[in-house]
Amino acid sequence: MLHLLFLVPILPFCGFVVLALFGRWFDRRQVAAIGVGSIGLSALFALLVGFDFVIAPPAGDHFSQSLWTWINVGGFSPHIAFYLDSLSVIMILVVTVVGFLIHVYSAEYMEDEPDGYARFFACMNLFVGSMLTLVLADNLLLLYLGWEGVGLCSYLLIGFWYTDPANGRAARKAFIVTRIGDTALLVGLLLLFTKLGTLQIQPLMQLASERWVVGSSITVAAAGLLLGGALGKSAQLPLQTWLPDAMAGPTPVSALIHAATMVTAGVYLIARMNVLFTLSPVIQTTVAAVGAGTLILAGFSALTQRDIKRVLAYSTISQIGYMFLAVGVGAWSAAMFHFMTHAFFKALLFMAAGVIILGLHHEQDMFKMGGLRKQTPLVFWTFLAGSLSLAALPLVTAGFYSKDAILAGAWASDAGGRWLWAAGLGGALLTGLYTFRMVFLTFFGQVQTPFHLKPGLRLLLPLVVLAFLSIVAGFLDLPRTLGNQPWFSDFVHTSLPETKEIAGSVERNLQIVASLASIGGILLAYYFFLREPGFVRRLVMTPLGAALHRFWFVGWGFDWAYDNLIVGTYVRLARANRADVFDLPVRVIALINQAGHIVLSRTETGRLRWYATSVAFGAIVAVGIVVFVT
Amino acid sequence: MASIPMEQGLLLAGVLFVIGLTGVLVRRNIIFVLLSLEVMLNASGLAFIVAGYRWGQPDGQVLFLFVLTMAAAEVSVGLALVLQLHRVFKTLDVDVASRMRG
Repeated sequence: MLHLLFLVPILPFCGFVVLALFGRWFDRRQVAAIGVGSIGLSALFALLVGFDFVIAPPAGDHFSQSLWTWINVGGFSPHIAFYLDSLSVIMILVVTVVGFLIHVYSAEYMEDEPDGYARFFACMNLFVGSMLTLVLADNLLLLYLGWEGVGLCSYLLIGFWYTDPANGRAARKAFIVTRIGDTALLVGLLLLFTKLGTLQIQPLMQLASERWVVGSSITVAAAGLLLGGALGKSAQLPLQTWLPDAMAGPTPVSALIHAATMVTAGVYLIARMNVLFTLSPVIQTTVAAVGAGTLILAGFSALTQRDIKRVLAYSTISQIGYMFLAVGVGAWSAAMFHFMTHAFFKALLFMAAGVIILGLHHEQDMFKMGGLRKQTPLVFWTFLAGSLSLAALPLVTAGFYSKDAILAGAWASDAGGRWLWAAGLGGALLTGLYTFRMVFLTFFGQVQTPFHLKPGLRLLLPLVVLAFLSIVAGFLDLPRTLGNQPWFSDFVHTSLPETKEIAGSVERNLQIVASLASIGGILLAYYFFLREPGFVRRLVMTPLGAALHRFWFVGWGFDWAYDNLIVGTYVRLARANRADVFDLPVRVIALINQAGHIVLSRTETGRLRWYATSVAFGAIVAVGIVVFVT
Repeated sequence: MASIPMEQGLLLAGVLFVIGLTGVLVRRNIIFVLLSLEVMLNASGLAFIVAGYRWGQPDGQVLFLFVLTMAAAEVSVGLALVLQLHRVFKTLDVDVASRMRG
């Protein structure tokens, strides 16, 4: 079965090509059949391959499939080759299965769009194909191809409704900000290639651990540059500003690209290159610190948003912060576990929010929602399942098990573990608070806007499946204190290093504290936003409260600072350089050429005898050179 | 038969070639230009024959036969062009036909 691996990424690409070339001649049913079918088949093959991999692990716990040589020049010959180990098995399963559910959902969600149905599915298929290329790539060049591919699709889909200039602006912002990280990643790849002479990931890791000393400057540079790429793609400090604006795209896009898959590519990259990060403890600690900082900052911002999708966007940034925290403290399996559970519940939350937005005629302001619990019970219950998982309700939700593993890993880490743990704990409280603020504002209280939609099966089925997964996925990895069945961790540890263990009693205490934090967050939300809404209103009225609220609402002023410091400076420089001083050397070359052209065109008189004379003269000169010079 | 020194033969060929070239360059009447071209061709043919004679090889004369056939073909094309020139410009002056100026 494993040799069918190549079909997993190829099928979405086929869907893309068919839809991009012939999409305009198909009707909506055919477009949906191709767009959803290609991902469905891909998911089927991913399940077959994954099942086979788990049942009968190949030798060395990995499987490579080389399709062809991509380039062959001067000893550099990257292959189009796929590398499957437990890490990529998890990634392809999540990407294809969640991707398939989101495609099914989109088939109905996008049905009312006047045009662009085929364009939408073409881009979505291209995205899934690129994402699979990214996670299956055997060498860093192919990974980079997928990396840029997902960035491109993100750009195309954020700007899907391109007639509104604001959407185009959001798309450009997402592209340019992630591009900053991508450039760092590219420089990192070039550095690795010049120093180690290969880009194939496994030999590269081997060579790095043999030749480089722990903490040497070269490892810091290489890991730091890779981290730059990861920060941009995963919307972490200081490059997180693009993700909230990326919500301008259609909701299924937010669910697929900006929640479940693409934004976790940075976490995947760090996990994939774990040897490099282990070799440079400074950078690894930076990863953890960035994650901890991001999860707190984004949590506060999520708390003040009015737009339901922006709450989810900040929540995504915050949850990816948890994943960064986990990889930063070396809790590799916890990071991957949180990646998986987060993909389930965040895709679910986005899609449920999408149904609500659709039913309220594209109203996204939570303060104009309310009381939707009675009007759309199924959406409410699935949304609640996702929210509980996000807020990490103890014992019964997937989010609890993954977040708990991360907090335990943070506690065990040597480099400032207590601080990181405290940040994660604070984040857990915030998560419960902002999640249930969203739930209470949207589904409880007075009905403000009537709900006009009878969601069809294609909208609801993915919600139910994901709600089921958001609850039960946690039981894949039961910690030692609760059942001790770490199937998931054991599976991940075949390709990633082991996590440091802590004593069972400490772990139990940590779990109790974490449970209290998340339940506390939920209760606080209940108190603030359902029982005593006047209290928060009064709090926001006070000068300090208003200032903080504004500050958090605009995402800690990062956009403001970047616009003034970087964009403004750049624009001023561009204005000052309107005459283009730096092009002067180039323009001088052009002028010389032009002058030469004028002189030479003078010689073209149209007179036969003049030409004959020049031929004779040229012959004399040539003969003269032969006779006298040589 | 007294043999002709090679130098003199080549000199004659060179002189003929220069005369032909001068004719091509200075005459404006296209008929004379073509005539001068023939002189140049024959000068080069003479150089071949002299060289072939010097080495005792028939190749030079063989090559001149080819040059002759080529010259005949070239003259037929050239005369057709002369007719066309005369029909369009009503003159045989080559300098008048300078429409392809740059």
